[in-house]
Amino acid sequence: MKARVFVTLKAGVLDPQGKAIHHALEGLGFGGVNDVRAGKLIELDLADGTSDSDIEDMCRKLLANTVIENFRIERMENAPQRNPVEA
Amino acid sequence: MKSAVIVFPGSNCDRDLAVALELITGHRPAMVWHKEPVLPEGTEFIGIPGGFSYGDYLRSGAMAARSPIMRAVKDSAERGVPVIGICNGFQVLTEAGMLPGALMRNAGLSFICRPVPLRVENSQSLFTSQYDSGEEISLPVAHHDGNYQADDATLDRLEGEGRVAFRYLDQCNGSARNIAGILNDAGNVLGLMPHPERVTEPAHGGTDGRRLFEGLLETVNA
Repeated sequence: MKARVFVTLKAGVLDPQGKAIHHALEGLGFGGVNDVRAGKLIELDLADGTSDSDIEDMCRKLLANTVIENFRIERMENAPQRNPVEA
Repeated sequence: MKSAVIVFPGSNCDRDLAVALELITGHRPAMVWHKEPVLPEGTEFIGIPGGFSYGDYLRSGAMAARSPIMRAVKDSAERGVPVIGICNGFQVLTEAGMLPGALMRNAGLSFICRPVPLRVENSQSLFTSQYDSGEEISLPVAHHDGNYQADDATLDRLEGEGRVAFRYLDQCNGSARNIAGILNDAGNVLGLMPHPERVTEPAHGGTDGRRLFEGLLETVNA
């Protein structure tokens, strides 16, 4: 069973990295980008039967720093397999 | 004073801190590997050094804060043993929940490595008793993630309780209220981004960091 954890900065927390990405996009000529926030995606390969509360515990104890970050868990057990975009 | 310096994979100021402690206390500190479950018997002071523990993976200090030795460090701190976290050590202490707030990427995104002017905001703590309140000193900083952030209620509480130990005189890394170093509520845990251990002898180009360790020694021996 796989799960994805999305870790994002809380609203109002300054994101210098997002700002730099924003500037770089503008530098490449992409107009119309109002704001950029950068976060992390962590993919977990878990034993079957791992409970939601176990994953939440992992997030609170290590994967996210809840002083500055929020997290969202996405279980992928029945998710259709999608091919990653070829770079 | 029997001191211990915690060593993580990626620590790089552990030896600087050990040299400063030996110079000032007259005793060589124990270098304690992070996998150790306990500190040496009778440890009177714990230093968490600067560096890039675990390559700053996940977040600066995040992995180190969950190392086996940190349970012993927390237990000792709760018993009143003084603990200092310098630079990456400060990040480790916030990640371990021993100090409030978090240290984020510098607002200007650049790694900053230079001496910075600071004001000693609280000269009553066991780390700052040899400084005058309001005194201006110069300590070097060398960090990428020194931007101290906490919510307004936490910042107000830190200010109100005299727990801001050091403040940058000039905006340095984007830190809220120019905070450079803070104390825990009991006053025996200090975290700061600047490096006092790097300015303890005239040959270093400054000695403003020396009194921090001298004050600590005096308190511990008192």
